[in-house]
Order: sequence, then C-alpha cells, then structure tokens
Amino acid sequence: METSCSKTRNPFTGAEANAVGVKVDGVSKTYAGTEVLSNISFDVLPGEIFVLMGPSGSGKSVLLRQIAGLELPTVGTVRVDGQDPSLEETRDRVRLALVFQAGALFNSLSVYDNLALYPREHRSGTEASIRERVMHALRILSVEDAVSKFPSELSGGMKKRVSIARALVMEPQLLLYDEPTSELDPVMSATISEIIATLKNEYSVTSIVVTHDRSLALTIANRVGILMDGKLITLGTPKELAATKDPALVDFLYPKIDIQNPRFKKLENQKTS
Amino acid sequence: MKQINAILEGVGSVVQLLFRSLSYTGSLPRQGARFIEQCYMIGYTTLPIVAILSFFIGTVLALEAGYAMQDFGAKEFIGSLVGLSMARELGPMMTAVLLAGRVGSAITAELASMKVYQEIDALTTMNIPAAKILVLPRLAAVLVMMPVLIVIANIVGWFGGSVVARYVSYVGISPQAYFAALRHYTKFKDVMNGMEKAEVFGFVVVLVCCDIGLNTRGGPREIGAAVTRGVVVSLILILVLDYFVTKILL
Repeated sequence: METSCSKTRNPFTGAEANAVGVKVDGVSKTYAGTEVLSNISFDVLPGEIFVLMGPSGSGKSVLLRQIAGLELPTVGTVRVDGQDPSLEETRDRVRLALVFQAGALFNSLSVYDNLALYPREHRSGTEASIRERVMHALRILSVEDAVSKFPSELSGGMKKRVSIARALVMEPQLLLYDEPTSELDPVMSATISEIIATLKNEYSVTSIVVTHDRSLALTIANRVGILMDGKLITLGTPKELAATKDPALVDFLYPKIDIQNPRFKKLENQKTS
Repeated sequence: MKQINAILEGVGSVVQLLFRSLSYTGSLPRQGARFIEQCYMIGYTTLPIVAILSFFIGTVLALEAGYAMQDFGAKEFIGSLVGLSMARELGPMMTAVLLAGRVGSAITAELASMKVYQEIDALTTMNIPAAKILVLPRLAAVLVMMPVLIVIANIVGWFGGSVVARYVSYVGISPQAYFAALRHYTKFKDVMNGMEKAEVFGFVVVLVCCDIGLNTRGGPREIGAAVTRGVVVSLILILVLDYFVTKILL
C-alpha cells in the first residue's frame, strides 16, 4: 500500500501541501504488565479518513497516542510519512494536529492566544495574517464570539470546537481526532462531520478519527477499523462493514435492547410505578 | 535499591531537562513577555514575604547577639554579626526557602496540572517544546531576580537589626555604631558570596520543581502529591547544596 506524500492544497492558503500517510506495523503496548494493544497493523493512505471504532477500554485512544508520537509502542513501529512521529525532526517536517477528547486548551491563555500559539511559535506569518487565520478557524466552528474568553469560561462543547479550531490553524497534514463529537449536540456533531469530510474532500488532509459515534464513522470514513480488547478485529469500508454477517460485529455496530433482560424489566417497572 | 533507582532517575531527568532548556537559549530574546511575566511571579510577588521575613531575622539576630554579648561588653560588634550572617548565610538561605515554598510550589502545581490535563501533550503535538516556553523563561527569570531579592533581604535584615540595637534596652547601641561595625566587617565579597549561593539555590529550586511538575502522571490527586514532593526535594537540596557551595566559596 502506498503511504507516502501526495501533493494537495493547504486548507487555508490554497498553497500546495503534502498529505501524509501513516503506517502502523505490529504495534503492541503494555502498561505495568497489562497488554492494552496487541500486534496492530494497518496503513492509512494520504488524504484518507480512517476511523477507529471500538467499545470503551478497547485501546483506541492509546493507539492514537502512539500515532501522535506521544508514547512509544512496546513492540512494533509507527511511521508518519515514513518517519518516527515521536521525533522532533519529524514534527518539524510534518504538521500533525491532535484534537484531544477533553480539549486540552491552555487554561492560562485566551481562546485567541490558544489558537495563535502555534503560528507565533513557528513564525508562520505576520500578526495580521495570524489573526486572519485564527478568526477564520473560529468562524468555521461558529465560536468567534469566544475569541477573548478563557477556556474556563467555555462549555464542554465549546472547548471541543475551539480545540478543533486550534488544530485547523496549524494547517495540518495529518489530523487526529479523539472522540470529536462527544459532548456535542446533534447539530454541532453534524457540523464536525462536515468539517472532517470537507478537509478530506477539498484539501486531502489525512484524518484518523477515534469515535464511539457509529453514524459519524459510517458517514465520513473511507475505511473503518474496529478494535476490541486491544486487537484490530476488522478493517474495511463502511459498505463492507454494513454488509457483515459476523455476529460480534453486528452486535457492536447495531446493538439491540434486550427487553427480556431482567435489568431492563426492573427499570420499566420502576418507570410504571 | 528501588529508592536509589528513583533518585538516579530523578537526577537524570533534571539534568536532561537542564540541557534541553539550555539548547533553546537562543529563543530567549523572542520570549520577552514570558520572561517578564516570570520575573514578576518570581521577584515581585515574593518580595513582600522576603522583606517581612528578613526584617524579623535581622531583629532576632540582633536580640540574640545583644543578649549574649552584653556580658562581654562586645555589643558594638552586633552590627558585624548581623551584617555577615545576613549577607553570607541567612539572606540567601531563607530567600531560597521562601522561593521553594512560594514559587516552587506554584511552578510544580501549574506544570503538573498542565501535564495531567494534557496541555503538555498538546504542546508536544504542536512541536512546541515545554522546555523552551515553560522552563527556560523561568530559569532566566530566577537568575535575574534572585540577586535583587538578596539585596533587598540583606538591606531589610540589616535595618531590622538596627531597630533592635537602638530600641531594646539591654542592647542599646546607636544606629551609627551598629552600621559602622556592619560596614567595617561586612565586605563586598561577602555580599557577592551570598548572591552566588542564592543563584545556585534559586536555579536548582526552579529546575527541580519544573521537572517534578512535567513528570507528573495520573489524575488531580497527583498534582497535590507533586507539589509536596517539589517543595520537600527543594528544601533538602537547598540544605545539602548550602554546605558544598559554602565550602567552595570559603
């Protein structure tokens, strides 16, 4: 599979940029003797939206941290555009952004300064052009009113949107999302889905999305990987997954409420009484 | 064995952080705002408590010295005792202790909280090294502010001693006699030695507290534990380093 660079345009300036591929090869991760990821291998093509799904505790976020270079695998390798993402030189060359589940905004900085930090530190543009980029990103996420607020003054959903805006300001080549639609209302979830799809369709940004949100996954993904108990149990297009007959996958993708379940009956009785 | 490993790991981590931070020294001129903010935090906010403490250290020294020396008729030497004690030992030592409690704890808490709430991870993915924007400005600020704090601590401490010397009945020497003795026996070199000590203490306190903050793992409870560890380790290091630095400077 080809995972090297492909020439695309930058999401904001329209200039040529490089979407990058990701190669995860035999990755296992062990914490204090407990294996949380087991021999995971897959490739993400440049410009692709790759969605990782799985129940809580299946290791999705841990895998995302290995891809972001925040942690090193116990066994195996992760390569972003052929380079180790944990190295400073790789991050110098490849613009990699991670949207954290809890936002991870800098609490001591205003929303504006949160977004302007990256371009200022990397000296990419004048203060006027940085302001333009910041305001543009905030407008896309409909949070321009929060520009002078501090993260502590924002709701959970707004923090998430500002966090995505901060990632957009970085003009990323690889964008990693950790539960991008959690804590968001359905309208904003749909907007986020649109943004992820737009970045892919128009600007070929490579995206890896970790989510519980089945409809988000099946709507935007080019391919979906499903993790269970630290193992990648399947990998395919949304169509292939929708047609699956594997009972474990069907249970996960289309969970049913078992009305014969005693716990469900107990709840029903409480509701009636 | 486990504890020795932990100590060696800690030392290694601090040394690594030091070299990483120093490798970004060239970026300091562009970090003027951060540097000034840290100077304010380390210098200005610590100043009142340093002044109060130094004043009372000066008074206690003069009281004790006056009480002990009255039998020998050597009260005119109180100024020299307070002057030398403040300049060479108590000024730098007590200022460093206050720095550990006031600034070191705040640094550890801030960086530990940034680590726990993934702000440090966010910086890493943005390729903005924490050593560059969080550690280096603090190290530079402490090097600039410690001498200022020491000068003020010494002056206020000496003044505190003179107040006691003048107004406490069994001491009862004039400010002129007190300051004449102080000037005669306290040399510029003594004040400089104290400043050098204070620079070492302040630098180590800030570096260690930054390292402990950045290496915090777990949840909010660990932030409190990290702060305690930062302050305790800083205090121990101040006392241990005091012996060795004094030995070198003598």
